[in-house]
Amino acid sequence: MHPAYSVIFFTTFSGAGYGLLFLMGLFAAAQWIDPVRWFGFTGFFFAFSMIVSGLIASTYHLGHPERAWRALSQWRSSWLSREGILAVTGFVPFSFFAMGWVIFENHGGAWRLMAVLTILFAVLTVYATSMIYATLRTVRAWFNRHTVRVYLAFSLWTGSVWFNLLAHLFDLHTPGIGMIVVITGILALWLKRKYWMFLDTSPTWVPPEHATGLGDLGSVKLLDAPNTQENYVQQEMGFNIARKHAEKLRRWAFFTYFLIPWSLALITFESDPWIKIPGAILAVIMVMVGTMIERWLFFAEAKHTTMLYYGASDS
Amino acid sequence: MTEIPQNTSGKKLGLVIDLDICVGCHACAVNCKEWNTSGHSAPLPDNDPFGQNAEGVWFNRVHTFECGQGADSRTVHFPRSCLHCEQPACVEVCPTGASYKRAEDGIVLVNEDICIGCKLCSWACPYGAREYDGDSGVMKKCTLCIDRIYNENLEETDRVPVCVSTCPANARHFGDLGDPISEVSRMVEERQGYDLMPELHYQPVNKYLPPRPKSADYQSEQPKRLTPVAARPENEEAGGLFRWIDRVLTR
Repeated sequence: MHPAYSVIFFTTFSGAGYGLLFLMGLFAAAQWIDPVRWFGFTGFFFAFSMIVSGLIASTYHLGHPERAWRALSQWRSSWLSREGILAVTGFVPFSFFAMGWVIFENHGGAWRLMAVLTILFAVLTVYATSMIYATLRTVRAWFNRHTVRVYLAFSLWTGSVWFNLLAHLFDLHTPGIGMIVVITGILALWLKRKYWMFLDTSPTWVPPEHATGLGDLGSVKLLDAPNTQENYVQQEMGFNIARKHAEKLRRWAFFTYFLIPWSLALITFESDPWIKIPGAILAVIMVMVGTMIERWLFFAEAKHTTMLYYGASDS
Repeated sequence: MTEIPQNTSGKKLGLVIDLDICVGCHACAVNCKEWNTSGHSAPLPDNDPFGQNAEGVWFNRVHTFECGQGADSRTVHFPRSCLHCEQPACVEVCPTGASYKRAEDGIVLVNEDICIGCKLCSWACPYGAREYDGDSGVMKKCTLCIDRIYNENLEETDRVPVCVSTCPANARHFGDLGDPISEVSRMVEERQGYDLMPELHYQPVNKYLPPRPKSADYQSEQPKRLTPVAARPENEEAGGLFRWIDRVLTR
């Protein structure tokens, strides 16, 4: 599948934004952190910026961005529509939650309910995003139980690296936050490795013989394509990264999304401000770059059944 | 609503494509393009038509496959267009309701006035039947010539999809596959018509008829070796009158 930059940017940044909101909601609902105004302001600023810029980026690949509001209508059947609705309505509890924290420096009482709703909407929105891919039977690399888990894990992991940075900036870091960073990092690593193992070992999804139904005549291979130049379907569905490049990029992704930010986050737990703040910033940059590489591979490694009609030997 | 509607009439309009007969002439694809570029989904883009990167939207494309190996191999021409599935994933994923399946005859269409061009339907279609029109920013697809099959301005014989009426080999057939005694349904039953990628459970309405098996003694049916015509010596002399003319002229 063609890796569209707008969608890679959108899923990476909105994922991190929702992950950060989830953790802020969790820490507020559990009263694990004091509602310090500027901590809240900075956290909501980054989370909202990432979510909103992601949503705007996602409209860039539309043929008619001005009609984007119509995408909110088909929640009964379409996960894309559900995602849109959740993304929009989520701003109601998010805004009240932010108001309580930043303006009234309070996340108890009714504000606490808003924190719980924030947790719920953050999880549901990322879940809906991942279900857009996980329900497409045409793409084996997406239509599996790993897709949703990996999206949720990466949202939480990138969010917790951001949360770690904020906690350091405002000197509110606790061993609990350190624990969350350690665990969510390992979770993202473990689930992604399981996904890649699945991808490398899963048998052919639809063989070319089933695409044409001509298997009784023997093996089927394309002799003549219908067109001489690539058409839309080939450009959109035909992108396929060479296996050796994919392996190299998987290694780079491992270093950038996991090893470097995870190690940096560990170093920042106990060190003086001159090390921990630049370390935590670098961890955020690395995890975002690494997640974009991971997301790029999520598209580039995915094969679509349509390509069986254009000479692909498996799907 | 992009939910799949309850089919009210039991009517399932679609095509039956006979892979035994198709000669791969692409006439169906060309005439489809010609009709539809001024029909329901007009116009269909044609970018750089005479240049290096000719590219555009076609609803119907003919692939050619080689099946089997060696003396037993065969070339099969394979026209491919929207199969108007009974469970069309392209309709379910549509966030705007632009993609819909008609309750009355099962035709899958796009309402271009509300399509946002997100392309998700083309990702959901396993058959590559939907093509994006970058000029107008909307998705386009086969309409089963909705502007012909109900068109009372046309002669009754012409009220079929243009790919069917144009096929010089009569490899394409149009009819109601929901009616078990229709001509197309009987054809499917007789020839064991099949679905493409049945394991994905989209239940395509269009059916394909497999190439007929080769006759058992096709090897012995090969042309007999003919007597070589080139055995005659090059300067063999003519007889009679021609011999005399030859002599006169070569003098």
